[in-house]
Amino acid sequence: MESLRKHIGKVVPLDRAHIDTDAIIPKQFLKRIERSGFGQFLFYEWRFDEAGQPNPDFVLNYPIYQGASILLARENFGCGSSREHAPWSLADYGFRVVIAPSFADIFYNNCFQNGMLPLVLPEKQVQELFERAKEHESYQLTVDVENLVVTDNFGLKYTFELDPYRQHCLVNGLDFIGLTLQHEDKITQYEKTKQLQY
Amino acid sequence: MSTKRTLFDKIWDSHIVHQESGKPSLLYIDLHLIHEVTSPQAFEGLRLAGRSIRRPDLTVATVDHNIPTTDRSLPIADPISRQQIETLRENCQNHKITLYDLDSRNQGIVHVIGPELGLTLPGKTIVCGDSHTSTHGAFGALAFGIGTSEVEHVMATQCLPQSKPKTMEVHFKGKLPYGVTAKDVVLHLINQIGTAGATGYVIEYTGEAIRQMSMEERMTICNMSIEAGARAGMIAPDETTFSYLLGRKHSPKDKEWETAVAAWKELATDDDAIYDTRVEIDVTEIAPQVTWGTSPGMGADITQLVPNPASFETSTEQKAAELALQYMGLTAGTPMAEIAIDRVFIGSCTNSRIEDLRAAAEVVAGYQVAATVQAMVVPGSQQVKEQAETEGLHQIFLDAGFEWREAGCSMCLGMNPDIIQPGERCASTSNRNFEGRQGRGGRTHLVSPVMAAAAAIEGHFVDIRNWKFNRKEKADGVTS
Repeated sequence: MESLRKHIGKVVPLDRAHIDTDAIIPKQFLKRIERSGFGQFLFYEWRFDEAGQPNPDFVLNYPIYQGASILLARENFGCGSSREHAPWSLADYGFRVVIAPSFADIFYNNCFQNGMLPLVLPEKQVQELFERAKEHESYQLTVDVENLVVTDNFGLKYTFELDPYRQHCLVNGLDFIGLTLQHEDKITQYEKTKQLQY
Repeated sequence: MSTKRTLFDKIWDSHIVHQESGKPSLLYIDLHLIHEVTSPQAFEGLRLAGRSIRRPDLTVATVDHNIPTTDRSLPIADPISRQQIETLRENCQNHKITLYDLDSRNQGIVHVIGPELGLTLPGKTIVCGDSHTSTHGAFGALAFGIGTSEVEHVMATQCLPQSKPKTMEVHFKGKLPYGVTAKDVVLHLINQIGTAGATGYVIEYTGEAIRQMSMEERMTICNMSIEAGARAGMIAPDETTFSYLLGRKHSPKDKEWETAVAAWKELATDDDAIYDTRVEIDVTEIAPQVTWGTSPGMGADITQLVPNPASFETSTEQKAAELALQYMGLTAGTPMAEIAIDRVFIGSCTNSRIEDLRAAAEVVAGYQVAATVQAMVVPGSQQVKEQAETEGLHQIFLDAGFEWREAGCSMCLGMNPDIIQPGERCASTSNRNFEGRQGRGGRTHLVSPVMAAAAAIEGHFVDIRNWKFNRKEKADGVTS
């Protein structure tokens, strides 16, 4: 997995709460059997009209937000289905960090499996970021995962919390399956002694 | 540390394979359910890493999400759907995994067939690449949805590293009033605590109302735990659970059954065990629910009005409500019972079991679907379908003008051809009313099976408590 130590990128503000995984990647694109190529379908129903043309009113289509790699949103981001296609489509589009006041559980887990950081900041700080993103064209943030600090070019500095184990895995790009397989003897032992027999 | 433990604690503790301080627990997984949509990339990942499936005997597959619900003897028209199905077939064959395929009598929605086949048992850890895996918690199992990378993880190791969630007791006190179903109870709960109200928690449902519920009703409740943000939902097993499981295909038999039941009786939360948080709801105050928005928490009593966005507390919630009303094409102040519908969908892992179909059929019997409405029933599994046909339920639906389909997820998420058209309004017994969920521009209202059935007949939502049943001798069915 790709490691994420420090990320500097342009912010795109998507001012909505409860953005669900059906909105992130609609079901008609879940029939593919590959892991890649989902970026073109990200936020499809919002990003494109019924004829498949870009919707100029959707924030991701604004010329000034092209090349953004940090997504800013409101509470409960990623609620709904467990589809990992949601972080796959965000990552494939170019996002490495999503900032919101809260995330749905399964989506949150899925991000770490793909070298992406779902970054939780208090609502007030998220509000401040929304305001700054509006105020400054090409607003950039630096997300330092090793030191758990977010900064901008105008003196803003927020610290954030992250489970130390998740941080360690993200910073080092560790393979979760490989880590579990280091305990193969314990799994075998469990199967011999404790596993349910029905 | 207290020695009093919750149902969740007991299952968690007995599944720890390895524990290091500061790291997630490595949990053993007793049952891994897979389906066509979230598994292909996991199989591919295994292949690329040169890994194999550790326990194909603990892995069970079916096809449900993208399959057509029409004639099974015809080939699948959509080539991409067909490829996904064929990929699962190939993968299951190569890895010696049991697959309940399209032509199997045991095929169905993964969360319907698990319990039906006795694969879902109390005390087990169960995962599946689907968020509604929480359904299986109705049996006193710890069951939760996972992403495809975790599917691959379980395939390779039969384990998952998990951080311990907190516990929430949701206590339903009182007896369900007439016309109020498990669906109304869970929609009411989500409305009360919010769609992120249980994020970070595993819910255990307790109380008199739960104890009186059948397994089907308990599954409806646990199914929608995820819609409140919960990692899982659970209910301690009791005699209702055991009698449901007795004699099922994979349930323990004979001597093993006795041993199992004795062990299952020990799973219930100890008296005085402490939950991290507690919510109490008096079910006698719940009315039949209808959602008006684009999130399962945006619901109201059938007797209420579509709310005014300004009535919400925070600016974020006000904006969410505004966007929802705009998408739904609704005006604040409209009585819920005046909302006219175009489509009715009775099905999904929330409400497609035999009891759901019986209750809906009681409402429908002797009536005709409104001329303006297109209605369909999609049984949750081939077994449910067969049972319903044995009881003649299909004829009641067909006579009333409903379509009667083959088992699958169908219009709950519209991955197959069962979708609604832009602007169409659907009364749906499914679990999510997200924008575009049932088809681009489609408008979903979540309701119970009896409320959906009545709406199909009248062409708009009605209060099921005032329904005039045509077959009086069976009228009690509405509360079952």
